[in-house]
Amino acid sequence: MSGASGDHGPGGANRPRLALHVPEPRYRPGDKVDYSWLAIPEAGVQPRPDETCDPAETHPLCTGLIRVLGDDGRAHGPWDPRLSPDLLRRMLRDMALTRAFDERMYRLQRQGKTSFYLKCTGEEATSVAAAHALASDDMVFPSYRQQGILIARGYPLLEMVNQIYSNRADKLKGRQLPILYSSRAHSFFTISGNLATQYPQAVGWAMASAIRHDSRIAASWIGEGSTAEGDFHSAATFAAVYNAPVILNVVNNQWAISSFSGFAGAERTTFAARAIGYGIAGLRVDGNDALAVHAATRWAADRARANAGPTLIEHFTYRAEGHSTSDDPSAYRSAQEREEWPLGDPIARLKDHLVALGEWSEERHAAMDHELAEQVREATREAEKNGILGHGLHHPFHTMFEDVFEDLPWHLEEQAAQAIRERQAKWPE
Amino acid sequence: MARMTEQDDPVTLAEAPVRRLTMVEAINDALDVMLERDPDVIVLGEDVGYFGGVFRCTAGLQAKYGKARVFDTPISECGIIGVAVGMGAYGLRPVPEIQFADYIYPGLDQLVSEAARLRYRSAGEFIAPITVRSPFGGGIFGGQTHSQSPEALFTHVAGLKTVIPATPHDAKGLLIAAIEDNDPVIFFEPKRIYNGPFDGYYERPARPWKDHPDSAVPEGYYRIPLGRARIVREGTAMTVLAYGTMVHVAEAVCREKGIDAEILDLRTLVPLDIEAVESSVEKTGRCLVIHEATRTSGFGAELVALVQERCFYHLEAPIERVTGFDTPYPHSLEWAYFPGPIRIGEAMDKLLGE
Repeated sequence: MSGASGDHGPGGANRPRLALHVPEPRYRPGDKVDYSWLAIPEAGVQPRPDETCDPAETHPLCTGLIRVLGDDGRAHGPWDPRLSPDLLRRMLRDMALTRAFDERMYRLQRQGKTSFYLKCTGEEATSVAAAHALASDDMVFPSYRQQGILIARGYPLLEMVNQIYSNRADKLKGRQLPILYSSRAHSFFTISGNLATQYPQAVGWAMASAIRHDSRIAASWIGEGSTAEGDFHSAATFAAVYNAPVILNVVNNQWAISSFSGFAGAERTTFAARAIGYGIAGLRVDGNDALAVHAATRWAADRARANAGPTLIEHFTYRAEGHSTSDDPSAYRSAQEREEWPLGDPIARLKDHLVALGEWSEERHAAMDHELAEQVREATREAEKNGILGHGLHHPFHTMFEDVFEDLPWHLEEQAAQAIRERQAKWPE
Repeated sequence: MARMTEQDDPVTLAEAPVRRLTMVEAINDALDVMLERDPDVIVLGEDVGYFGGVFRCTAGLQAKYGKARVFDTPISECGIIGVAVGMGAYGLRPVPEIQFADYIYPGLDQLVSEAARLRYRSAGEFIAPITVRSPFGGGIFGGQTHSQSPEALFTHVAGLKTVIPATPHDAKGLLIAAIEDNDPVIFFEPKRIYNGPFDGYYERPARPWKDHPDSAVPEGYYRIPLGRARIVREGTAMTVLAYGTMVHVAEAVCREKGIDAEILDLRTLVPLDIEAVESSVEKTGRCLVIHEATRTSGFGAELVALVQERCFYHLEAPIERVTGFDTPYPHSLEWAYFPGPIRIGEAMDKLLGE
């Protein structure tokens, strides 16, 4: 038994006993938050290699942080995408609309009109700015927190609310948990509730596009927590092996429900640094800087379109709200984190930039917010005419059995008949 | 000679030259036909490219169709099936190979949560028209990691079709139908009968396919619709429900014992040919279910339940079930595990009250 104690036996002496390291976040509820330990480089200091460079040239960028918008509200350095004021205003509007939509839907869930909602507050740039840097027919494979892409691509709010209410107008026939959208017409892949599965699918779609000598590329999003899934590794391996025209986005919002990023390996290295091991290009960007997100995405898209291969982009950001309506972050993290987050708020930063350019004003912003809130209210009012969850206005019973297969097999025919009999027993009318 | 059921589409090339093929050659032929006919068909998997697959099912295809149509993959079943789902979403029709069914588990999430659900969850916007080919079953001294029969894991999943051929002729026609199907299909190939119709008498010399009538495979395109069973032999004493290798074992036992059983080769487990099952059991009044997979919660349990529910008043004896044991597939004791002639013979005797 002496070996088991660790004190004796060959090789066991003169060493500390083995101890398991279980990561612990810096701040728990009530803790004072100080982010001075977090190195935030100045905007504009990161070099911008050519899009077709050797992947190794990007690897120093995997541990840095690409930033464009400075504290002065100005765009700095070689990553400045030099976007027109019109496009900047459009990105601002899409981000503000995303936030207004989130606010309203969150409240409506609390009022009992649906079962679930999930906001992306603080992370709007990682989807909206990225979407504006892609072509509208580039295929996106999002996770559940990229509603900003749909909004940037002009998907009707009414359809989003119908889906959230699972009502009779829901194009997904009330089959999916709220916010797990799908829109082929917007090149937006059906969202899975199972994490990370979309990553290898995006790579496969990109491989297919290459097989067909197409010009469209694929992009996928994953949370930093889900990079621990095997799918992430499979996807990165396939992307590297086949030089697939794909952008692999990791939205590092620091929290996976109650588990901080340390449980996905953040204590050891950055998520962008995963690219180094696969030998693919990697970029690490300030995810609250819409210009940096746009620039990095455009760089990666141009690279993919030039047959120069995949890019892994880590968006360093912060999940300003709970994971979802089923979560209470005050139970596991300090409320000060959000207030002290050193990269600010993506909407406020883009607004300040436009104001600094003389292309925007506080008054116009307030008017826009008012207009967007009304637009969202109107969409929800319209959607409620089609029903809210659990109030009887849903798709017909038989639709439960459709689309399991292309054709209805005998066993589903029989089970559909059973469901309809049960319905008739409960509601003879 | 095996007989096609009446509903079968006639082989479109009835006049086509017929060759004697092994099941490996028939599968290769089906892939060749589909790669030729449909530019959307892509074949991918471990060792399937230049080398042509560890069982040779894809031999020569990369040379003929190029590396962008037939290619090797990393050793990552999650990746293989995941990228196939993505390719299907693009509009291609991928045919991934999983080298052994025993290796399919890392890809299970992509099959169960993704491929099987795309059509449903997107209300038909996205589909997964993929055919996952994989050799399964024992009898080749593969030990516990090269012998499993995991079909029940897939028949349990809403949205997946499961197909298992028992002859070269069927392997080609079913594989073509599976590739053309717009739903995801798990296509399990009984590797023990890749090169000959093994009848369970392992101590006897192996027989080649060329002496078996169902090795007659027409050239060119033909399909055998999914969801249709095949009557292997007509009979009156009992109905035997089997698939894959066990079809041949059941046939041999009937021959050895002189039992006039009606043997149904189910060919497709989901969707099941329930009419063929019912009409046969109603005729014979007795039913034996056979599979090589482990017993508990096996597909045989589903078959027994269905026959009991639907044919109870026609039954003259309790339904019998012959399966592998509920242990991992052992290496040295492979033939003690395999549901061979003794186990099947005993069950037949019991059914007949002997």
